[in-house]
Amino acid sequence: MTSATAKLTSKDFQSDQDIRWCPGCGDYSILANVQRVMPELGVPRENFVFVSGIGCSSRFPYYMNTYGMHTIHGRAPAFATGIKASRPELSVWVVTGDGDGLSIGGNHLLHTIRRNIDIQILLFNNRVYGLTKGQYSPTSRLGMRTKSTPDGAIDHPIDPIAFALGAGATFVARTVDVNAPHLQEMLHRAHAHRGTAFIEILQNCPVYNDDEWIELEDRKKRVEASLVLQDGEPLVWGAEDQRRGIRIGDGIPSVVSVGADDPVGKGVAIHHERYETPAYSFALASLQRPEFPLPIGVFRAVEKPSYERSLAQQVTDAVSERGEGDLAALLHSGDTWTVDK
Amino acid sequence: MSSKPKESIERVAIRFCGDSGDGMQLTGTKFTESTALAGNDLSTLPDFPAEIRAPAGTLAGVSGFQIHFSSADIRTPADHPDVLVAFNPAALRANVDDVRSGGMVIVNSDAFNKKSLLRAGYSEDPLPAIRDRFRTLEIPVTSLNREAVKGLGISSREGDRSKNFFALGLMFWLYNRPMEPTLRWLAGRFKGDVLEANTRVLKAGYAFGETTEVFPSSFVVNRAKIQPGTYRNITGNTALAWGVVAAATQMKRPVFLGAYPITPASDVLHEVARYRHFGIKTFQAEDEIAAISSTIGASFAGHLAITTTSGPGMVLKQEALGLAVMTELPLVVVNIQRAGPSTGMPTKIEQTDLLMAFYGRNGESPVPVVAAATPGDCFYTVLEAFRIAVTYMTPVIMLSDSYLASSAEPWPIPEIESLRRTDVEFRTEVEGFAPYLRDPETLARPWAIPGTPGLEHRLGGLSKQDQTGNVAYDPVNNERMVELRAEKIARIANDIPPVEVFGPERGDLLLVGWGGTQGAITSAVEEAQQDGRSVSSIHLRHLNPFPGNLGEVLGNFEKILVPELNTGQLTSLLRAEFLVPAQVMSKVQGQPFLIEEIRGRIEAMTDKKKSSKKKDRK
Repeated sequence: MTSATAKLTSKDFQSDQDIRWCPGCGDYSILANVQRVMPELGVPRENFVFVSGIGCSSRFPYYMNTYGMHTIHGRAPAFATGIKASRPELSVWVVTGDGDGLSIGGNHLLHTIRRNIDIQILLFNNRVYGLTKGQYSPTSRLGMRTKSTPDGAIDHPIDPIAFALGAGATFVARTVDVNAPHLQEMLHRAHAHRGTAFIEILQNCPVYNDDEWIELEDRKKRVEASLVLQDGEPLVWGAEDQRRGIRIGDGIPSVVSVGADDPVGKGVAIHHERYETPAYSFALASLQRPEFPLPIGVFRAVEKPSYERSLAQQVTDAVSERGEGDLAALLHSGDTWTVDK
Repeated sequence: MSSKPKESIERVAIRFCGDSGDGMQLTGTKFTESTALAGNDLSTLPDFPAEIRAPAGTLAGVSGFQIHFSSADIRTPADHPDVLVAFNPAALRANVDDVRSGGMVIVNSDAFNKKSLLRAGYSEDPLPAIRDRFRTLEIPVTSLNREAVKGLGISSREGDRSKNFFALGLMFWLYNRPMEPTLRWLAGRFKGDVLEANTRVLKAGYAFGETTEVFPSSFVVNRAKIQPGTYRNITGNTALAWGVVAAATQMKRPVFLGAYPITPASDVLHEVARYRHFGIKTFQAEDEIAAISSTIGASFAGHLAITTTSGPGMVLKQEALGLAVMTELPLVVVNIQRAGPSTGMPTKIEQTDLLMAFYGRNGESPVPVVAAATPGDCFYTVLEAFRIAVTYMTPVIMLSDSYLASSAEPWPIPEIESLRRTDVEFRTEVEGFAPYLRDPETLARPWAIPGTPGLEHRLGGLSKQDQTGNVAYDPVNNERMVELRAEKIARIANDIPPVEVFGPERGDLLLVGWGGTQGAITSAVEEAQQDGRSVSSIHLRHLNPFPGNLGEVLGNFEKILVPELNTGQLTSLLRAEFLVPAQVMSKVQGQPFLIEEIRGRIEAMTDKKKSSKKKDRK
């Protein structure tokens, strides 16, 4: 039943549908990188399922030549849960956005992550509603003026990384739409993780919130604006001659100047993905522009039993303990009586 | 056993009632089990408040369980109990007016003190007046119970909790029921002093009947003359859960059930969750929307998918159900209706979600609708729902209600071989595949599941191009797809049995029912027929589409009456579809129809044979 995977190329993952995102949309880059990575994962093409909700990002499955479902607003994680729980051998990917995933679908995102079902969730964060033409989203900055907030947004934004950590995520990462090598690395890492892998992808909406992430996208600016997380390495960033580092004292991050010195000597924290407590990852998630560089990379990667494996195990155990189900025995179980002819 | 004389009676209805913490549902259930084993036909009606423990002794907290059993065929829990067992004044006050005139009232006289009378809203002792109306037996159940458990190492509070079993033992004696099933159950459930206390109390109640002079005789209800076969007692929710298990074995595909807890549907989730060894996966979702969404995902992945809920949950599922219509994926959605609107009366009975099943979604969104008629029928109806779903690649709504859910009846256990098998076939052939190519007969599209090489395709809620399923905004194509989806559902009418008429094929009056009202309607019609009235009835299991011969059957009667526990939902559908002057008989009190209510309407709409001639002359 399985097709050869070795020969697959990114072209094999391109569907015949015309892509209908706006010119310059960050989604193009994400799509190209996903199509590039899929053949490298050793999964037969027919075993991939892409699931999305509603929004610009949610058109994604139509452009992937895999199995896919474009579902209803905010519910993609629930559909994906049904697919993965019933067929654990499938590689299930959810594509969602900041509105779809964190506003209308916040509940499903929370519970899917909490259950640690082995799927990949890609949340494209452009901090605005695109498909409905430009309202503010749950990740929009305080004061953002949009059609629905002409006097500025007055509700406090949520950070997707902090949200995922709060839900007990076992794998949390952030990457950037146009940073191809980093994005590809994160996709590989997410796929390798057994459990819910959550990736926030900073994505540009050229029409309604252009250049929201320009500091992270621009090759020069990102040296100063982003902190690339690497397991076992100190939290340092910046140009070679003016490196700075993050110190975390009493759980509170602060910036220290490192320069050419040894960062450890300056008290700079060493990045670890596998702390049992999420407290360290929360401290990292609190790093926001412009006071701090924005971390990209894997915030947290720990092992916990995944939902679909535990569920399958219960079925296996039930069969071995009780034998395969016998309908006649079930219908005749308990008290019965017979009326003779 | 008993040395007192035994009086033979055909049928009796008993209602146990007390505080919701008094164990009335358990008492009723145990009495029902023994009655089933005694070979009577029976029907039960549990009636309890939504609050788990409403304030003790108040009317709000009264819980009741009625059982009707007989040596003849019966279909309902009976309009009026012959015997009322009331554990406190509130229970008496809430129930006594339902008792048949001249019936028996048994009260726990220990509970009739000033405080509890006041709490029940009685300004004076009601018993003198009750004595005039009913054969009233005042038994100090609490003190007799305390006497029985004396010397055991349990607290007086624990001891008092077994007083329902004193009454149960007494009723076992009074109606010559076997105690063994209950003793067996106790032994399996409790240990030590608690087991000893309950056992002693049950036997003490039985012995009390035998020795006290209050009861000069006991009663015998002979075995019912029912069809040969092996029987068991079953509630609608258990039958439904077992039907889900049967779908897995008869269709040879694993089941995925996603649900969110809601009264009165939660039992189905609980029951199905016990059968993992049938390869069944259950998923308690975070909400109603996730429950149906996960099942649609499982359906796409090739499982037999089902979600179970009640009215308020059904509302939340409708958007996802619309997606299942658009993606044409098989799915069973069970709505165990309860009294609404909004939260309504969560434990009470209504049939008010029929139009929501038909029209509750945005857009032209036809969904087949089937409804169970009796508790045991829930087993077959859910199997039928699955059959339609996988044959026609469509979501199907199955309607049950809170009466069917918790009522019990003797159920002839089917032979497995007699159950219909439905083969599930997945598309594997790549050549000529398109996701929305249709079977020429059923118009079903192929079920092509992930993991099948070469059939990779995308489904979604956006308008579909005919055959390819690609996103399409072409106006004419959109209309064509609306028509195709409607036609597919309409064609199911060719594949369901014609409706059968109970009584003559033509006449003055036809009663049309659906769902859990079948017992009351059929009994009322049967009585009226015996009375010489020209009345027949039909009961619809398939509501969308209607059976092919329905229009013809309706046309054979002068008048059409539709008893339904809503304000006229099926009535509207029949009037719209067949242009017939159907009249509604409505009831929305959270309670099932009484036979006498329906009979009253029949009598108002028909004449006895003799008098009808008179009328003709006028």
